[in-house]
This record gives sequence, C-alpha cells and structure tokens, in this order.
Amino acid sequence: MKVIIPDVLQSYTDRQRIVEAGGRDLNALFDQMDGRFPGMRFRVINELDQLRPHIKVFVNRELVRDLDTRLGPDDEIQIVQALSGG
Amino acid sequence: MTSDRSVFSTNAVVLLLATRKGAWTLTSDAQRSNWQIDGPLFLGNIVNHFVLDPRDRQTMLLSARTGHLGPTVFRSNDRGRTWREADKPPAFARPVPTEGGDRAGQRRKFEPLAGADENPGKEISPRAVDHVFWLAPGHAEERDVWYAGSSPQGLFRSEDGGSTWEPVAGFNDHPNWVDWTQDGQDQTPDGAVLHSILIDPRDGRHMYVGCSGGGVFESTDAGRDWQPLNRGSVADFNPDPAVEFGHDPHCMRYHPLNPDILYQQNHCGIYRMERPSSEWQRIGDNMPREIGDVGFPIALHPRDPKTVWVFPMDATDVWPRTCPNGVPAVYGTRDSGASWQKMNAGMPTEQAWFTVLRQAMSVDQHDPVGIYFGTTTGELWGSTDEGENWRCLASHLPHIYSVEAVEFSA
Repeated sequence: MKVIIPDVLQSYTDRQRIVEAGGRDLNALFDQMDGRFPGMRFRVINELDQLRPHIKVFVNRELVRDLDTRLGPDDEIQIVQALSGG
Repeated sequence: MTSDRSVFSTNAVVLLLATRKGAWTLTSDAQRSNWQIDGPLFLGNIVNHFVLDPRDRQTMLLSARTGHLGPTVFRSNDRGRTWREADKPPAFARPVPTEGGDRAGQRRKFEPLAGADENPGKEISPRAVDHVFWLAPGHAEERDVWYAGSSPQGLFRSEDGGSTWEPVAGFNDHPNWVDWTQDGQDQTPDGAVLHSILIDPRDGRHMYVGCSGGGVFESTDAGRDWQPLNRGSVADFNPDPAVEFGHDPHCMRYHPLNPDILYQQNHCGIYRMERPSSEWQRIGDNMPREIGDVGFPIALHPRDPKTVWVFPMDATDVWPRTCPNGVPAVYGTRDSGASWQKMNAGMPTEQAWFTVLRQAMSVDQHDPVGIYFGTTTGELWGSTDEGENWRCLASHLPHIYSVEAVEFSA
C-alpha cells in the first residue's frame, strides 16, 4: 500500500515522500516501516503504543488514532505533521 | 550532519549550546579573546542537552525532539562532524497488557524490590518519555556507559556509548517512585525532570540524581536502590517544609577534586553538604536579602571547592523567574557561601528580563577560570577572569537550554 510521508519524517526515508509498505493493521505497518527506516516508529508512536500528540494518520483520508485499525492492500496511508505551536 | 570546524586550536574553549531551535558551538582562540560561532546543528529540533564525553574528548551526545516527533538521542564519534541517531532511545518499560485490555493506557503495578516486602509499591500511571533532559557520562572505568534523565522523572542507562538505552528499574520502578514524584505529576512549567546525574569518580556504584519535583536521591549500589537525601533543605511549598522528599532541587554539582562536597541550587535556596554528613546547610541565607537565594544554575570552580557562582532570579510574588529588578548579575562566593559578591561588570544595568536555566551555566578549566551562561533571550555571556568582567559573546540565538564549556585538547 502507498504511504505518504510528511517532511518531518523524510530524513528516515532518504527524502522519499511516498513509500510502499504493508501490514494487516497500522501497528504492523509501522513495525514494518521501522525495519526499513530504523528509528521512525518511536518518533511517532510512544512506548505506550500511542500516536504522539502532533502526529495524525489518515487511512483513505479518514483520520484514525487506533493502531489496531485494519488495512487492506489498496489503502492509502497518509502521515501528517499536525499543528504544534512555535 | 557536519560541522564546519574541523580543527580546534590548543587551549581553545568550545561552548556547546543547546537551544529550543537547534544546537550551536562557540569556539575561542587560545586566549579566549575571539570567538567563532558555528551551526546550527539539527535546526528546528528542541535540543535539551549537548555534551562531550570527557573520557575520550571525541564522542558527543545530543538529546532532541521536535514539535512533532518524539524524543531521541543523537551520537557523534568524531567531535560533531557526523551524527547517528540512537538505535533504541530512552523509553520507559512497556506496560504489560491485561487480558481483554488494549495495549495502551494500562496502569501497571511494579513488583517491590527485594527486602521491601513491607512496602508493596503503588500503581504507576502510564508514562512515556516526553523529552530526554539530561545526559551524563558514566564512570571513567566504564568507557561506554552513559546515563540519561528524562521528563517525567526517569533514569536510563546505555552500555554501548549511547546507542541503546534501558530503563534503570531500581529508580523508575522503585516502590516509592509514585510518592517521590507524585506519580510523575509534580511538574515544573516545562515538565517534571530528572537531572544532575552525578557519578562518584571514586566509585561508579555511588550516584546522585535530582528530581524536579521529588528531591535529591542517592544510590550506593549502581542504581539498584535509592534513598532520599534532602534533610536540611526546605520545601516551603509543602505544608510540612521538613518532609523527607518532594523537594525541588534545580541543579546539583559536586566538586571534581573532592566529590564529598556537594552544592545545590534549589527552588528554596542555595545549599552545601559535605559527606559523610547527610544534612544540607543553607548557605544562601548569606545572600543579599533584596536578591534572595533562588535561581536555577550553580557552577563550581574546577580547582577551589570554596568558590561557587550562581545566577539569582526573581522568586517573589508570582515568581517571574527573571533577573531581579531587570538587573542581571552573577553572585560568587570564595568562602563556601559564608559571603557572596555581586559580579556584573559589563552586563546590562537595567531592563534585562531574561532567565538563565539550570543547565545553562558552565565553567572552563583555564586559570583564571572562564564562566559562561546562556539566556532565554538567546544571548551567551562570558567572563574570562572568574566573574570580574563580562561580555556578550553571541546574541540573537534561540532560547538557550544548556551550555557546556569543553576543551578538546588535554
């Protein structure tokens, strides 16, 4: 599936804005991406398995925060850097 | 990530500046007359601490997060020319999910330490590292060991030069952690922090840490167990000011030549302790009454244990935490706090309202000693004559969190 990477994470993807990745749910997707782009997961998901407050994830343009959200092979995932103050 | 400075002159002092928007270095010539600024490193990152390993004078660690991304540690093995992110940044132990529960948000009860059966411990609320606040190299004989202090109050240890970090369970999961830290909720305006990680150079198993809030704690068994060390210091924000813990030490240092001598700038005064005593003596009572003895940083003369410098702040009324009356000044003592002298020649004499934070004051090893402090308004001030005269060495930087004066040449 296609994953759209925000600017703040592109240092992990060698400046790629779109990467292909897979997983049966968001948790698995981030695990897989962390294998390819080491360190990325912890920057966006804390040790309580919670998305960090200023990171948003959209699945097919629907905002989700539950990492157990199931994914299909044709889904489009967009990770967004939300507003975070000055 | 590279630094433009590839060669440092002998006797050059390098100031490592961590700011709200990245890191910079300020490098002197051998006379400490001319200074060159380089950077930024990690522009836009919130950098809380930027340190050099005194054991090899090569390795540098830098703790960072951004407005969006979680906390991490970056490492350089070549004096800042190239950087690599930690493979496993500091993080609290993950909660064990209960049957039928989701992964997140479970309250977790920790097992008591051996021999602590009478104290079963209290439930710890879910906690995640918000930022890595303090970085400290381990004992000289443990070359790859580092410690990190976090917000909320957590202690972490790396045994591979800062690449992978593990929680120090003896502190983080101590049966009294909830009481000591009020479950991590006893917070300063920027969050509760563990700071002032001091490793006894004579015995790496002997350690001190400071918690804001929580107090000073001591371990004699490499962090497996901890005891409060706050007797004599005041917690005047508590109904019982003489409590065993719950204090707010802002910054604590020991003297490098005599680690039995400890100094502490506290939320409630300036203190000194000489071990084996376990009682803090308030030496800030000898400060001018109109200035008071509240501040964030404290810096020690590297060779004279009686000489100490502080930067007082306004702790009256609603606690502005600015220079008292808008007049910045360092105060120094040369007699272990029996008397203090105002040292502000060259500083603004009015309308200067910055703050100097607890990590933002440092000294070099020269004779006479250089003293440096960074301000929340992005200025770096220095004195190369032990505080007699001051000048602004850099300005227009972001809010400065920490200043470390280091020398790459032995």
